[in-house]
Parts: sequence; C-alpha cells; structure tokens
Amino acid sequence: MALFRVKAKAKGGKTDVKMMAKHDMETGQRKDKSGNAIPAQFLDTVTVSHAGKVVFEANLGTAVSKNPYLAFEFEGGAKGDTLDIAWTENTGASGTESGDIK
Amino acid sequence: MSMNRRTVVKAIAASGALMGMGALMPRVALAAWNKDAFTAKDQASAMNALYGGSAEASANVMLKAPAIAENGAVVPLSVSSDLTDIESIAIFIENNPTPLAAQFMVPAGTTADFSTRVRMGKTTNVTAVVKAGGKNYSATSEVKVTIGGCGG
Repeated sequence: MALFRVKAKAKGGKTDVKMMAKHDMETGQRKDKSGNAIPAQFLDTVTVSHAGKVVFEANLGTAVSKNPYLAFEFEGGAKGDTLDIAWTENTGASGTESGDIK
Repeated sequence: MSMNRRTVVKAIAASGALMGMGALMPRVALAAWNKDAFTAKDQASAMNALYGGSAEASANVMLKAPAIAENGAVVPLSVSSDLTDIESIAIFIENNPTPLAAQFMVPAGTTADFSTRVRMGKTTNVTAVVKAGGKNYSATSEVKVTIGGCGG
C-alpha cells in the first residue's frame, strides 16, 4: 500500500506539490497501557525527484505530526510527468513510490 | 503514463547534466540526516550541531504559525524566504524534548517555501532558520498551545 498520497499540479511553469504520508511518526516518548515505552518509528528522510533531478529533500524529526504533510513548489514539471519519492525510516526501513503531476 | 519523445529527450538531457555536475562538484550529495542535531535536547546545541552557530534575526525569513494552537499534535507551519543562495531551512520548536523538527533542503529550481505540520508539547517559540550564502538567518514566533501534542 502506498505510503504517500500526492497532489501535484503543474501551472505557469511551476509544479505545486502537496503530499501526505500515512505514518504514525511514533516519537519514542509515548508509553503503552502497561507503561512500556513505545519504540520510536518515524520517517527521517523524504526525497522527491522529477526527471532524475532532486526537487525536494527533507530531514524529519519526531516533532513532525502523525501522517506528515509536506508541501513545496519547484520549477518545471508538466501534466503527466512522474514524481519519484524515496523515503527512509529511523528503523532502517526504506521505500520508493511515485506520483503523477496533474 | 506514456513517455513521449519529448520527455525522453528531456530525461536524457537532465541526467546528462546531472552527471556533468557530479563530476564537477563531488560534494553534491545533499546533507544527510544529522543525528546530533535531531537528538539534541536544547535548541542551542541542536542549532550548533546543524548550522554551527547562532542565527541573525531577519525580515527576509517568513514564518507562518498560528498564534494559538488548540491541538498541539497538529500545528500547521509554513516557512519561506526571499533570500538568495539558500541551502536549507530548518524548523526549531524550543520547548520540545528535541527542538529540531525538520530540515528542508533547497535544490536549485525549488522555491524556498515549505509547509508542514508539527507537534508541540506546550506553549513555545518556533524558530525558522535559513542558511543562505554560508550565513544563518532566523524568524521566531510564539505559539500558545491549549492541548499538548506529546504523550498519550
């Protein structure tokens, strides 16, 4: 299942990207009902590329809300183009996904 | 999605350009996740670990944050700047257990304008720091939190 929902719109030579990941962004500060700490599990890097060029790169900490929302804008991009998303988690997990520009 | 001739040509041109750049500037590999900065317990050490020093308050850094956040678990923030030569923008939340919330790189062609949503445990100052041309510039805004966003 895709982690990211991407809304990208090309307009006037620029592309406006809004994306949201379905992720708990567990901080490691919370405790479960029996008082045990819930281990941290959060997205620490998110990179978006368009036509082989990195257009967005973020390093995230535990203060980023559950279901992280990220919005940015870059020059270029056209309707139908693909955005390549690469993410990593603090646990070492990683993945790649893609989204379309509308 | 069908790849027409134009996009293929563009993709080849772009990757060629990228390879050329890689040869010229081997340090193009962008900043990795800075563990020291993201785990620092106070803002000064996080700031030091990330940008190596303090920042000068600047009207060219725009931080959009609500004055009052009813729910500290989801506080929308926007940072932007009209400075030139921007390398990256970081967001610090002073009273959080680890103040550094996020760092956004600004590759060429990407607008220095980012939005995200963050957690804050209690009323705190939020500071956006822009690293541009080797210097640090900042903008600070206080957010009052009625319900904290950390803990159960």
